[in-house]
Amino acid sequence: MGADDETRHVPGARAPDRTGSLSSSGLRLALNEWGEPDAPILALVHGGFDFSRTFDVFAPLLADAGWRVVAWDARGHGDSEHAHLYSWAADVRDHFAALTFLSDGPVCVLGHSKGGGQMLDLLDARPSLARAFVNLDGLPSQHSAPDIPDRERQRLRRADLESSLDRRRRRNDRRRRPDTIEGLAERRAPMNPRLSREWLEYLVTVGARPDPEGWRWKIDPVLHLGGFGPWRPQWSMEHLAALELPFLGVLSGVADDPMGWKSRRGDVDPYLPPGGRLEFFDDIGHFLHIEQPRQIADLVVEFLEPYR
Amino acid sequence: MTRTTELLPSGRLHLALHTLASGEGRPLLLLHGLGEATPSACPAWAAGWPGPVLGLDFTGHGESGVPVGGGYTPESLMADVDAVLAGHGPLTIVGRGLGAWVALLVAGGRPRLVHGVVLADGPGLAGGGHQPPSPYVTLLPTEPGRVPDPYALLELSHDVRPPDYALDFVRFAVEDSEVDNPIIVSARVRPDWLAVVAADIGVLDLSLEEALVAVA
Repeated sequence: MGADDETRHVPGARAPDRTGSLSSSGLRLALNEWGEPDAPILALVHGGFDFSRTFDVFAPLLADAGWRVVAWDARGHGDSEHAHLYSWAADVRDHFAALTFLSDGPVCVLGHSKGGGQMLDLLDARPSLARAFVNLDGLPSQHSAPDIPDRERQRLRRADLESSLDRRRRRNDRRRRPDTIEGLAERRAPMNPRLSREWLEYLVTVGARPDPEGWRWKIDPVLHLGGFGPWRPQWSMEHLAALELPFLGVLSGVADDPMGWKSRRGDVDPYLPPGGRLEFFDDIGHFLHIEQPRQIADLVVEFLEPYR
Repeated sequence: MTRTTELLPSGRLHLALHTLASGEGRPLLLLHGLGEATPSACPAWAAGWPGPVLGLDFTGHGESGVPVGGGYTPESLMADVDAVLAGHGPLTIVGRGLGAWVALLVAGGRPRLVHGVVLADGPGLAGGGHQPPSPYVTLLPTEPGRVPDPYALLELSHDVRPPDYALDFVRFAVEDSEVDNPIIVSARVRPDWLAVVAADIGVLDLSLEEALVAVA
């Protein structure tokens, strides 16, 4: 199977205006920017198994509204360096490195999914980093963990544990499986069942690279969905309650989106920061900014306007 | 005997596995505490062990490799131990401090390859407590190759150790181990996670010396 060098196009997608990198304790993180370089900064933090080019439609809409939109690839994702170790805390620290690299003062921040959850941790620890914070379906709650009996939970944890150890044993041999653009898009579709095949194929051309055997996702093959550890989703709610800055939370109400956190309005309301705002869309999936980029961009631009 | 060292591949890094004493039979693996490394000689309390006595330097410690940018979790150190089990298991483990927590995890993760663990006092026994401590995010100056890695000291002293999470690993070990009592607590200090482990059915509470006799 030979790699094709085709490009794909989706309406509104625009490659970054500038690219660069920064160092987080010696680890290179890739940066992408859209918009005028002297415009106010709006930092975008992507979710797990995503990368900053997944903002290729959303970011230009924000840039055209007068923001310098900056997104970086998490360690092991997109064009960032693969790390030896990965953890939630290390990602949070990488976000800290990126924000302090970008500006000496507070900036506006938007985090999607895992990126949004991690920003809750960071802004609880470092509240002076942000002028305002938008969280797109990155508010884990008790509904983010399956409601299952204790015995079943133990069985799942055990299965995760064994497969994770087995995977680590094979890490030196692991490579992403090569495929055609269409094949990689097909394999990603179960994660993104609500996104068009056109979009997924576009994503391959910016999130994978071709070699003589085909296209391979750039993401570190050591990384995988799921995993185990002592993390509890409700800990994020405690970080949310600690915030005291302009906050907009946007929740997807589509319960069967496999990547969604599944939090409901009632899970989040009690923890909203003073003056915090929560929007709930029961007809848009977890990837709100990809499914309805114009609608979500308009909402974000309107909310952030006072905090430029 | 003079300590000898084997380097085990671990991604782009390596793990240092030391042999402190030779012998015939099941190996005894020593896991050090947070910020420590394998001792240069076999400790007196392990001198009577009939099999080889091994010591693993965790990632970022001793003679093992130091990753760029941290990212340490006890679960990643469990994978360090699993790399030893792949070539030297089944074996018995004595863990000090942080090494005790990791020993419990791997006893549950690989119950058929771990023939008993002894959980002993040492640095890093408590971790970050049973729920998240106040959030703390900072960047440390980078000094490539420095051990112990400052990020290891930071991250492995803040990891959360909920008692019910610890008990899951006890259950995994007790249910699948070939040893009647696969977990023995000898530590005198009992952070929350260790107190519930010590009180659980099937877990023994013995001095280090008694424990080694029990698992031999």
